Amino acid sequence: MSPESLSALGLSVRVAAVATLLNAVVGIPLAYLLARKTFRARWLVDLLVTLPLVLPPTVTGYYLIVLLGRRGWLGAPLYQLTGWSVTFTWYAAVIAAAVMALPLLVHTARAAIESVDRDLERAAFTLGHSEWRTAIEVTLPLARNGVLAGLVLAFARALGEFGATLMLAGNIPGRTTTVPLAIYTAVQTGETSEALVLVAALTMVSCVVIFLAGRLGTRAT
Amino acid sequence: MRVCRGVPTWGGRPRVVPCLPSIRRRPLRRTPWLLILALVVLVGAPTAACAQGLTLSVAISMKEAVEKIGRRFVQSRSGVRLHYNFGGSGELQKQIEAGAPVDVFVSAADRQMDDLEHKGLIVPGSRRTFARNALLVVVPTDSRLAITGPADLTQPHVQRMAIGNPKTVPAGQYAEESLRTLGLWDALRSKFVFGENVRQVLEYVARGEVEAGFVYATDPATRKGLVKEAFRPPQSSYTPVAYPVAVVAGSQQADLGRAFIELLLSRQGQDALARLGFLPPADSR
Repeated sequence: MSPESLSALGLSVRVAAVATLLNAVVGIPLAYLLARKTFRARWLVDLLVTLPLVLPPTVTGYYLIVLLGRRGWLGAPLYQLTGWSVTFTWYAAVIAAAVMALPLLVHTARAAIESVDRDLERAAFTLGHSEWRTAIEVTLPLARNGVLAGLVLAFARALGEFGATLMLAGNIPGRTTTVPLAIYTAVQTGETSEALVLVAALTMVSCVVIFLAGRLGTRAT
Repeated sequence: MRVCRGVPTWGGRPRVVPCLPSIRRRPLRRTPWLLILALVVLVGAPTAACAQGLTLSVAISMKEAVEKIGRRFVQSRSGVRLHYNFGGSGELQKQIEAGAPVDVFVSAADRQMDDLEHKGLIVPGSRRTFARNALLVVVPTDSRLAITGPADLTQPHVQRMAIGNPKTVPAGQYAEESLRTLGLWDALRSKFVFGENVRQVLEYVARGEVEAGFVYATDPATRKGLVKEAFRPPQSSYTPVAYPVAVVAGSQQADLGRAFIELLLSRQGQDALARLGFLPPADSR
């Protein structure tokens, strides 16, 4: 494996790991809210979280540019304040991967939380637990396998993210070239053997992920 | 699992099949035929329509010019349709090597055409050079940086600059050659953001994501008002930008392809190219 491929692999794993972490922080509370709470903007939250799953990644990438680009709604004030912009950095790859992977975690975790017996939660309430403690000590532990399966799927999706990453983070060797982008470049430039190595690596990781998710799924039932 | 016996299947033979609850059975049996019909219509239609089609793989910097000349080409030939495939020349070259059904290839550099010629993938004798161009460094219109020469690119205010990916994009190859000749390549290396074609480089500059970008002299006209010229790298620092065109080997429309190349080299074609800022070929091969 060439140094470039190795760096792409390292970067991919790092990006996917951070994106999954970000997803855990944002996605699990979101899944809980959608599963257990009724509030006015619920349909909107549900829609926004699900959209990246349905939209072509390039469309999501375009929205991210409009939002975070140096002239974007959030990107412009940030650039004026700090002189720094997220585009073409590895943070951009993390953001793109996180946004694309979020629906997978939220949907899986939400289904798991919804299947937790509400009587157990009510029992916790009668024993004096606050809703917060009930969620942390009763609901989420009971939904653990579903949530973990969601995280595994989110990691896999983040690892394979291509379209939105290319648009927001570009394709800069050593900095934002993740494995899918490296495969694309390798095929474009006729470096077939290099592409093959990366394809094999990514296929192997994906198989492990499917296996893990499957095991978590069977233990959940 | 419930099993239904004797349900007629799509093949007509009764078979033992697992089945879904009974209300779903009828629509399930019909949909495959509808799907197949829809597929036949969708897949069949375009193949029938492009009987007299000419597919052109064109370096993206030539997009507007070739489209303009293409409109003139079909005007005098009824029933002929042109299909365009725009991209970086290296990308288009790889597609042709992989067997893409292309009739005419327009490259933004001799290098990609040479490769195809050595591999016997273009029709011998069909190759012509029909235009030239020059490199240009552009900056966003609202840029306040003083960039008037290559050395200014090294100042720290220029955080990022875009060039075409030198692996596949001729504009990037010319830019690399120029910067190496000027001895600036290594100093600037950490600032590069690679575009997959020259128009992507232009777009990065137009969006203000980078402080400067290497494009062709003819490109900024497509993003008027968003980018402005900073300077032109010295002509002596890079190979002259030449556009070769050729008929791709195996083309079913070789005569039509040759006719298109003739039009590019004709007075009409050359006038159209000149109006868009392209230079005439130094010596026609």
